Amino acid sequence: MSKARDEAADPAAIFAALGDGTRLSLLEKLSDGEALSIAKLSAGTRLTRQAVTKHLHVLEGAGLVTSARIGRESLYSFAPAPLGAARTYLESVSAQWDDALGRLKDFVER
Amino acid sequence: MSNRIEKTLTLKAPVEKVWRALTDHEAFGQWFRVKLDRPFEPGEKSTGRMLIKGFEHVRWNATIKQMEEPRLFSFTWHPYAIEADVDYSAETPTLVEFRLEPAEDGTKLTVTETGFDALPAHRRPDAFRMNDRGWGAQMENVRAYVEGEG
Repeated sequence: MSKARDEAADPAAIFAALGDGTRLSLLEKLSDGEALSIAKLSAGTRLTRQAVTKHLHVLEGAGLVTSARIGRESLYSFAPAPLGAARTYLESVSAQWDDALGRLKDFVER
Repeated sequence: MSNRIEKTLTLKAPVEKVWRALTDHEAFGQWFRVKLDRPFEPGEKSTGRMLIKGFEHVRWNATIKQMEEPRLFSFTWHPYAIEADVDYSAETPTLVEFRLEPAEDGTKLTVTETGFDALPAHRRPDAFRMNDRGWGAQMENVRAYVEGEG
């Protein structure tokens, strides 16, 4: 689990996980809070169970879904916390630019 | 564009001076606070070491893309890749672009950083249909930032 937590703290992993249409569609299905099985998540799509499983693992690695084993099935749930981390990350990059551009302004205007 | 940081500012200095501050590696290093190993060359890697207090362990690694004097300077990098023990090289870099335009009282400078791979625009309307479970506001914030309001 510590590996999953480390990856969850990595904004690039979160952005990379979000930057895929299939994964976003899986998150959409999970977005009402209900935990779903791989069978339910692949129903009505052209995705194989293997493909869905692969994408869920990426989302899980980024901390965006969690899984729980119920009997023979794994149920997947949406975990929103990394979105806050992604936001914080963009805020910090943005603030770093403000600092750097402030120094540029001083540099060229002096 | 969907996922970007954009900053616009007017500098009270002529375009030529701003261009030099951006593209002369020693001038760039002074305001960006990085000790660069060699001059910028389009298509070439740029390496160095950050000088910002507390971040002296951070290496500067960028690839210079365009130097179209005096209006466009761009490079790719891993934004604020500050963990010393993390290898960022496998990650897709972001693109930083500096665009210069003459303005009445100096130079209008627009800086964009793109490629955070966040939320592709064509997927957003259905993927982010909001629910009332409390995460919608966070998602909106992410969207606001990646759309450049940050």
